[in-house]
Amino acid sequence: MIQALSGQLLIGLINGSFYALLSLGLAIIFGLLSVVNFAHGAQYMLGAFVAWMGLQYLGVGYWWALLLTPAVVGLLGVVFERLFLRRLYGLDPLYGLLLTFGVTLVLEGLFQNAFGISGNSYPVPAALQGGTNLGFMYLPRYRAWVVAVSMVVCFGSWFVIEKTRLGAYLRAGTENPALLQAFGVNVPLMFTLTYGYGVALAAFAGVMAAPIYQVTPLMGSGVIMVVFAIVVIGGMGSIVGSIVTGLGLGLVEGLTKFLYAPASDVVVFVVMALVLLLRPAGLFGRQR
Amino acid sequence: MTRINRNLVLAVALTLGTVAPASAQVSDNVVKVGVLTDMTGAYSDLAGPGSIIAAQMAAEDFGGKVLGKPIVIISADHQNKADIASNIARKWFDEEKVDAVADLVTSSTALAVMPIAVEKKRITLLSGPGSTPIEVEYCTAYNVHYTYDTYAMAAGTGRAVVQQGGDTWFFITADYVFGKSLEADTTNVVKAAGGKILGGVRAPFPTTDFSSYLLQAQASGAKIIGLANAGADTINAIKQANEFGLTKKQALAGLLVFLSDIHSLGLATAKGMYLTTAFYWDRDEASRTWSKRFFERHKRMPTMVQAGVYSELMHYFEAIKAAGTDDADKVMAKMRELPVNDFFAKNGRIGPDGLHRHDMYLVQVKSPEESKYPWDYYKILRTIPAAEAFPAPDPKCPLVKK
Amino acid sequence: MLAIGLTAPFYVYPVFAMDVLCMALFASAFNLLLGYAGLLSFGHAAFLGAAAYVTGQAVKVWGLPIELGILAGTSVAALLGLIFGALAIRRSGIYFAMITLGFAQMVYFLVLQMPWTGGEDGLQGIPRSKLLGILGLSGNLPMYYFVYALFLAGFWVIYRTIHSPFGQVLRAIRENEPRALSLGYDVDRYKLLAFVISAGLSGMAGSMKALVYQSATLSDVHWHRSGAVILMTLLGGMGTPLGPSVGALIVVGLENYLASTGSWVTVITGGVFMACVLAFRRGIVGEILALVKRSF
Repeated sequence: MIQALSGQLLIGLINGSFYALLSLGLAIIFGLLSVVNFAHGAQYMLGAFVAWMGLQYLGVGYWWALLLTPAVVGLLGVVFERLFLRRLYGLDPLYGLLLTFGVTLVLEGLFQNAFGISGNSYPVPAALQGGTNLGFMYLPRYRAWVVAVSMVVCFGSWFVIEKTRLGAYLRAGTENPALLQAFGVNVPLMFTLTYGYGVALAAFAGVMAAPIYQVTPLMGSGVIMVVFAIVVIGGMGSIVGSIVTGLGLGLVEGLTKFLYAPASDVVVFVVMALVLLLRPAGLFGRQR
Repeated sequence: MTRINRNLVLAVALTLGTVAPASAQVSDNVVKVGVLTDMTGAYSDLAGPGSIIAAQMAAEDFGGKVLGKPIVIISADHQNKADIASNIARKWFDEEKVDAVADLVTSSTALAVMPIAVEKKRITLLSGPGSTPIEVEYCTAYNVHYTYDTYAMAAGTGRAVVQQGGDTWFFITADYVFGKSLEADTTNVVKAAGGKILGGVRAPFPTTDFSSYLLQAQASGAKIIGLANAGADTINAIKQANEFGLTKKQALAGLLVFLSDIHSLGLATAKGMYLTTAFYWDRDEASRTWSKRFFERHKRMPTMVQAGVYSELMHYFEAIKAAGTDDADKVMAKMRELPVNDFFAKNGRIGPDGLHRHDMYLVQVKSPEESKYPWDYYKILRTIPAAEAFPAPDPKCPLVKK
Repeated sequence: MLAIGLTAPFYVYPVFAMDVLCMALFASAFNLLLGYAGLLSFGHAAFLGAAAYVTGQAVKVWGLPIELGILAGTSVAALLGLIFGALAIRRSGIYFAMITLGFAQMVYFLVLQMPWTGGEDGLQGIPRSKLLGILGLSGNLPMYYFVYALFLAGFWVIYRTIHSPFGQVLRAIRENEPRALSLGYDVDRYKLLAFVISAGLSGMAGSMKALVYQSATLSDVHWHRSGAVILMTLLGGMGTPLGPSVGALIVVGLENYLASTGSWVTVITGGVFMACVLAFRRGIVGEILALVKRSF
């Protein structure tokens, strides 16, 4: 029993670290720009597809894809922000939500038309294949890699935002953009780059996911609801919040799958409803 | 019989013979078939545009006309939504003179359209959906359930795998009606064949990450892991089973897997899996010939659903020709009366409950080394005769005489 | 407008017209909450779908007459609205939207699990009994007029609510909640009442839909349906009485008439959504009204 449970908990942690990585981009965009980026799931899907297309048509391998794909998709995000998103900054954040919802439909529809629905396989890179037998379970090497990368990226982003000068500017820009601009900081450029970074993070998570999950046009839809719930529970605007919640949720889900599997889908929403009723701004959030 | 009587009989026969063709009538002077399928969602690869192509091939191969009237094929996307399917079917029957609706992949759309067909006295020719209630509680007199049902898939794989030595099972089931009925059907068959069920887990539908469930499956020590799910769930489960090294000691049994799924997984991941199918493109010369023609147009080999659409429409046209009319009652009677004998099925018979009982095939997915040419995916282990594959007509269907 | 509604079945396919009416009522009820109270709910499909299933069960399995079936569905939806609303109202803005989404997902889960809903297959074969025991409703034409009558009744309730003192207070809350509070209004109670009315009428639309299609399926409780009603309201014009109905007409029309073009429906819907948010925030009716105002 202990053996089985430890295996499940470890899997829960692995999934949790993936959730944390996936939620990071969304938390950053909302935290610093007050934009609810519903297109996050579609951008994640875009990342996975660009990696797959890179391999299929251009022979670009996994390691290059990790660097190039987020750059490409991040650039697309920058273009989108310049052309469309920035027109909505002064308005109710719900408009940003609706615009990005529209983007999701467009992207998913286009990819469905082009690639059908069954999806495509992306191979695990040779260096990361196989795994080790830990006794209580078999740990695939790739999954261990996911945990390591997630922790590095999450910690790195947190560090930049909370502890460096650049991060200080970003946070100031959220509080009072006009004042910051008066100090000579190019605030619109900062916003654009922030959005681009959040999108790049989503795409990065997509590349990480491609070897494990089928690359399909609807893979984003499958995760977007959970990611939103994580960011809301963690406290919209708190980087630490979404990281901790991502990990925590992975554990809770893992336990649920072990004890009563049919509910594992809905447990995140139950937790979200409870948290919002008891701590309205989320676990780590600040009331705005 | 005296000479006078014989002459009388002859005279009457001749008169009837000359009268009969005049009563050969086709409503609205056209035989119109509507292919209602999923063009963009989860089932678009196993049915979708391929089903439409199959229908067009049937119309052309039959000569483009039956009883002197043209055959017309139209199509629409129901997006797996029962209300959109209902809307389209009603409109087709009321305004577009459609005589039969074909495919109807996704059981909820089929179940929604079947009663409408009864109301309007038209025919539904199902190839895509699988739920067994279609020929039990919800059976209609105007319905043909042609290609497969979940019982056949479960029974075929379940029984045959136990006979091959896979006698301990663990289920990973998609937690909804379809998944649960697939699990239930297989459980019965496995136990009857002498196997044991060591346990199971119900995963929410849909699920992307199966690691937790696969771990439980591994811990159970069962020789066979039955996947009572379909579509993206199955594909993810198989991929991750490989990742976690499950397939080294245990074998997977896919209870509802299509050729399109194997194609998107790749042989390296899917190799060794057992599954049941109604049709395989490379099974014999006749299947190969037809499938290659299909491939020219669709650029992919046909799944059993798509081949089923072709075969059912050919049978439908034959029935119209034999009945001399496209009147639904007469055509249904002929479809049940005539056996099906083509590349798809030998000695296939449509029962009073509308279910088409034909031979099924137990196959195993080849490894990449065993595969010699594109789409060379399956090796056929054995043929499951119709009587073994499908259950007898269930008296819960009112059309079945007790 | 009344004339169009009365003569519609003669030049438009009746089942399509009935679908539009159900969705128009759904969107109008949703608009009461969004356009007038300023609350964006991301889970309204829960009310539509729950009522559809309850009405279906009541009429098919318990054998209730059609009127009681609709009443049952509407009441259940209103009750759900009361429970969800009481809990969700405490938050606002995006948090409110997320809570409603969370609740709607739980409803979806319940519907998927419970045996009587038929899960993936849906609740099929819902019969249409005679209205008041005398008027047969199995034909398209009489059913259409029945649905139209119900739509008018529901719409009348919304219209009266909007143009009443209650409606004025709602608008005040939307414009400036702290001020309304300081004027002594029990803001939470107003919001909750608006939520319950909106939920109940959405439920009625769901009951109607179940009877028109004679089935209730999972797509009625899926979050795509919640997204669709937001689109209808936004496209038609939130904050205008007729806007959502116009939006419903367009969206349902797109869904049905583009069915044969494959997955372009999704792309086009998304494109329309984006265009609306960027350029037509007032929606079609809103833009028309603004145009009219400018020319005078």
